[in-house]
Amino acid sequence: MGAYLLKRLVSNVLLVAIAASMAYFLAATSLNPRAKYEGRQPPVAEAVIDSTLDDYNLNDKKPVFERYVTWVSGVVTGDLGKTWQGKSVNDEMGRRIGVSLRLLLIGTVLGSGIGVAVGAFAAIRQYRVSDRVIGVAAFVIMAVPVFVMAKMLTIGAVGMNELLGTKLEYTGEYTPGLSGWDQTLSRLNHLILPTISLCLGQIAFYSRIQRNMMLDVLGQDFVRTARAKGLSRKAALLKHALRTALVPAATYFAFTFGTLLTGAIFTEKIFGWNGMGAWLVDSIQQNDTNAVAAVNLFAAVCVLFAGLLSDFIVAALDPRVRVS
Amino acid sequence: MRSKVVFARMLRNRQTRYGLIALLVLLLLAYVGPFFGPHDWLEKDFAAFMEPPSADHWWGTTQIGQDVYAVALHGMQKSIVIGFLVALISTGLAALVGASAGYFGGWLDKALMWGADLLLVLPSFLIIAIVSPNLRGGSWLWFVLLLAAFSWMITSRVVRSMTLSLREREYILAARYMGIPGWKIIIRHVVPNLSSLLIIDATLNVSAAIIGEAGLSFFGFGVQPPDVSLGTLIAAGSDKVPGYSWLFLFPSGLLVLLVLSVNLIGDGLRDALDPGSNS
Repeated sequence: MGAYLLKRLVSNVLLVAIAASMAYFLAATSLNPRAKYEGRQPPVAEAVIDSTLDDYNLNDKKPVFERYVTWVSGVVTGDLGKTWQGKSVNDEMGRRIGVSLRLLLIGTVLGSGIGVAVGAFAAIRQYRVSDRVIGVAAFVIMAVPVFVMAKMLTIGAVGMNELLGTKLEYTGEYTPGLSGWDQTLSRLNHLILPTISLCLGQIAFYSRIQRNMMLDVLGQDFVRTARAKGLSRKAALLKHALRTALVPAATYFAFTFGTLLTGAIFTEKIFGWNGMGAWLVDSIQQNDTNAVAAVNLFAAVCVLFAGLLSDFIVAALDPRVRVS
Repeated sequence: MRSKVVFARMLRNRQTRYGLIALLVLLLLAYVGPFFGPHDWLEKDFAAFMEPPSADHWWGTTQIGQDVYAVALHGMQKSIVIGFLVALISTGLAALVGASAGYFGGWLDKALMWGADLLLVLPSFLIIAIVSPNLRGGSWLWFVLLLAAFSWMITSRVVRSMTLSLREREYILAARYMGIPGWKIIIRHVVPNLSSLLIIDATLNVSAAIIGEAGLSFFGFGVQPPDVSLGTLIAAGSDKVPGYSWLFLFPSGLLVLLVLSVNLIGDGLRDALDPGSNS
């Protein structure tokens, strides 16, 4: 078992290394940070541009492989290089991970939690009106892409603000110039709409998985046994059925959380949050080679960790896995 | 006749019926609708910039005076073509790669599955976004190929594991002992036996591709001007929300309806073709 796990880990690390390297080569050969300096008024001397780009390891006159070696030797020691403006990629990344985490932690936990609850509820009330309504709603929500959803929420918020005089915020992370309690309230206010836009799709998704799993489990012998030995319907459903039926949803949870860190691109861009997802788009549009490589490396590592996390969650929830 | 049974079961499914009707209506709207509109999609009405919906411009006009009804339907044509092409290519690729990996085994299996794993690790969004600026001025068909290249991996794994068990069936063994070459067995015997899985996968891939195209175009990484698609229209319209929301609402409405109808068909097909599924 240990040897198998080790082998899997090594092959996964190898995949991440190859993925990150390919992304670096792609970014380094096709993005052009030089253009950022060449277009300036007053014009900058070529020698100056060259030496600046050399400092940041972005000079396209150097062979790609040489730049790659410099980049890798930095990454190995934990230095992800410089942005095109010469700032540290590490600092920027740390700040952005914080922003993304704040948004995603709440969004993912709420989305999956409510989704699982709704799905389990629908399964228990199979074929009744409430089950059908939930099913249709989930189906429709899953057909709405997140960028359409986010914009619809914005339209809704603007309409509500005009009608009811509320002040629901739909851009940025906070209102500058506030302090103390007001600042906290403002941050919470700015969180509402992006969190809803992140949640809705997940609720729909998890409710469908959870309903199917729950239906599979409800007919099984061990649930009947639990009832037969005297547990109430509620206890049997919660302790035995729901827990077993949670396994696939938990696996998805681990994976979506890993990919969400860079996957909230639309939500972050539309609501003006400067997190990792927004950086993915911004760095490409700004020809910021090292930042693109860093985001890509980060995303690959996230997927790797998500795989490990899902293994752990499954082991914790599923009695069969622990026994073998 | 299996195909007849499947078709009958499919039509008996209410979801699929509604989905098919909705898709048919949308296809008619996209390809016949423009002939009934009062304006051509290339026409610019210099007397009406950013006008709300009216009798003359049914869905309003854009910033440069284009008729939103005509432009949106034109964009929907492109989205539909992209969706179906990507689904066809990616499901075909998944079938070929998965079936050859499962059937031939050995180093080919290892190499193909390793390649699939690698493509799964690479974030497709990033790669397409980096590559697409280099394709600017190129054809949108490149974009279709890129989207397809990143959406076949998981299905190919499923196909591979199913092929592993199919390989040991008597009719395949018989074919092999008759001296029929491997690639012919794959095309004639393995792939047809996986058809129900592949049909479902292709259907769901259509809606995934339509959403994927729109998402990439939202940031300008997808379909490039002068081509328009629902994605580019939504991107252009979303800047004008909430003041001029018809620019955004009509293309996104079409997108959602399109995805919804395709998903309905896919869901119904799964019920009809997959005996194990409930309902």
